[in-house]
Amino acid sequence: MITYYTAIFLPLLSFITVGCLSKQLNHKQASTVSCTLMSIATLCSYRIFYDTVVLKHHYHLKLLTWLQVDQLTIEWGLSFDPLSCVMLIVIMTISTLVHFYSIEYMAHDHGFSRFMAYLGLFTFMMLMLVMANNLLQLFFGWEGVGLASYLLIGFWYHKESANAAAMKAFIVNRVGDLGLILAMGGIYYIFNSLDYATIFAQLESKYTVFFSLTGYDIPALEVVAVLLFIGAMGKSAQIGLHTWLPDAMEGPTPVSALIHAATMVTAGVFLIVRLSPLFEHTVYAKQIITVVGATTAFFAGTIALMQYDIKRVIAYSTCSQLGYMFFAAGLGHYNLAIFHLFTHAFFKALLFLGSGSVIHALSGEQDMRKMGDIYRAIPYTYGAMWIGSLALTGFPLLAGYYSKDAILDAALNSATWYGQYAYIMGIIAALLTALYSGRLILMTFHGTSQMDDKVKNYIHESGFFILSTLAVLSLGALTAGYIGFQVVNDRGFWQQAIVLLHELNPQHNSFILEYLPTIVCLAGLTMAGFLFSKCTSQIEQLKLTCSKLYNFLYNKWYIDELYQKAIIQSALNLGQQLWIRIDQQTIDRFGPNGVAKLTMSAARIISRLQSGYLYHYALVFILGFFAIVIWLSFMTGFSQ
Amino acid sequence: MMTIGLHHYLVVSGLLFGIGLFGIFWGRKTIISILLAIELLFLSVNINLVAFSVYLKDLVGQVFVIFILTVAAAEIAIGLAILVIYHRQRQTINIEDMSAMRG
Repeated sequence: MITYYTAIFLPLLSFITVGCLSKQLNHKQASTVSCTLMSIATLCSYRIFYDTVVLKHHYHLKLLTWLQVDQLTIEWGLSFDPLSCVMLIVIMTISTLVHFYSIEYMAHDHGFSRFMAYLGLFTFMMLMLVMANNLLQLFFGWEGVGLASYLLIGFWYHKESANAAAMKAFIVNRVGDLGLILAMGGIYYIFNSLDYATIFAQLESKYTVFFSLTGYDIPALEVVAVLLFIGAMGKSAQIGLHTWLPDAMEGPTPVSALIHAATMVTAGVFLIVRLSPLFEHTVYAKQIITVVGATTAFFAGTIALMQYDIKRVIAYSTCSQLGYMFFAAGLGHYNLAIFHLFTHAFFKALLFLGSGSVIHALSGEQDMRKMGDIYRAIPYTYGAMWIGSLALTGFPLLAGYYSKDAILDAALNSATWYGQYAYIMGIIAALLTALYSGRLILMTFHGTSQMDDKVKNYIHESGFFILSTLAVLSLGALTAGYIGFQVVNDRGFWQQAIVLLHELNPQHNSFILEYLPTIVCLAGLTMAGFLFSKCTSQIEQLKLTCSKLYNFLYNKWYIDELYQKAIIQSALNLGQQLWIRIDQQTIDRFGPNGVAKLTMSAARIISRLQSGYLYHYALVFILGFFAIVIWLSFMTGFSQ
Repeated sequence: MMTIGLHHYLVVSGLLFGIGLFGIFWGRKTIISILLAIELLFLSVNINLVAFSVYLKDLVGQVFVIFILTVAAAEIAIGLAILVIYHRQRQTINIEDMSAMRG
């Protein structure tokens, strides 16, 4: 049992130790402490995975009672089932690798210990999120990872852009969190509990619960599911609430790899899969999830094609891949969503850490226009980036191939309009993925060198920690798909942790359809290779002729501008008006300032009585004396 | 021949009292005049006491007058002493200049 506690609480211990002693510990001590603790926790997590999945021991540990209000009892608990254990090993593996990577990547940063402490905090919160056995504890972890994300995006707090990005991430996530809070309220209203097990046990009997809204009866489960999805959209950067993710790239690259690619942003997918029995009882919510997911997959892919910041390309790619996971979940294939989450964690962390290695080599340069022709100088990083990109595009036998193919197959075989929509969007997005991945590789590593000499002379391959991390992740990106594919449809593997409705029984119409994702991937890569190495001048020409489309994509569909105009500006105006009209001109004027002014003027009048001349006081004294005598005389009625 | 009764004494003492009061309010030249005026108030009260003492045939009033005179003497001595120190400090006993307590 100690294994279980160790795996969960060592990251917290790492946070507390390194965080409290951040001033005392030097680079070596801080990295030793945090990496040792994380490594032990990771080994324990593998042991737990073995226990849970192979030996089928399901532990539900109750730690403490958190709160008890009326009928609502919330406990701190850890529940170990295959779903949470898959998340556990993904989180612990990537997190530990990122810890090791940071030893070298962040070595010269003054806040190194602080950085390691935040990573520990993040890992612990993420574990709280996935290990929760009730929604409130999940929400605790959910907000905890949001906090860690905020702290790490704004890690370089002296940069204004980093602060702005950190705040943006927090505020945009608030919108989603509102959905999640409302959903929790709704769930408590319907089920009188927030425990997963209690909720799932009552699902059948709650079909007939309705929310009445201005005369319309809306099925309560649908409402709750949609609200949950809004929460998931915020965390997982789906279209509409995705704007924070690209900006979050202001944070250090290991953070982007850990939080904004592999783990935290997949929390939304995890939420939906965790509550898969609930979502299986809805119709419209699943359609919404599918459509939003598919649209995001396509939309983010188009933007990634036109970005020049290497990390932003990968960030939009993450958005797009999350879209795949969502529409897989929306179509009822929760196992495939988690499968893609699993493989994606490896190759996307690899891509981010690889691009971090590139940035490291180029003295902090992130603009792909200022790179080029560096593949000879940093061959290992180059290789790792190729593996990551191929795994991402779904190149045969690599990680993405299995998971993406399975999702697209599932979409093709679901005989629904939204399934077809998701399939078409997914295929286009796969093509876009191949295109932008090829573009990224070619612009970064090939072509002509665009750097200035200062950077050029300093290009160097990264050291042991970065390269070994990349090697481990490359191994993951090569094999995770194959390993996962063996068990993803296995009911014995999942053991009722999630809903497995559909057995995949491919009934392909033709050879073309069966291999379409692969064909699209290869075609996309070829096209990219052709376009971005041979026809660069034609591309420039094309940019000019289709400048409207180019600008539309380059400016990210103008969504940030739309929000700026429609929401932010009007909110600022409203705030300005409220501040001036209500606060300054009403409350302040009649409230504190009014009272102060009144007191001042009253005091000024009264202070005139204080003339300082003795005879005035004497006069008042005498007059007062007379007044008292007269008054007393009247009171006693002149008796005697 | 008019007999001098109680009310005559009372009128005299009332007049003296009035003069004393006005001396305080109007005698704005120096603080000495105020002290004199206060002394006048004491005396008028003493006349009152003595008059009532004779009228009521009660000696306590006259005993009280002796006490009041003693206390008044002590009081005026302290007052003059303060005045001397004040004059050393400020080189003036002009009452118009004494307005440190002005609000």
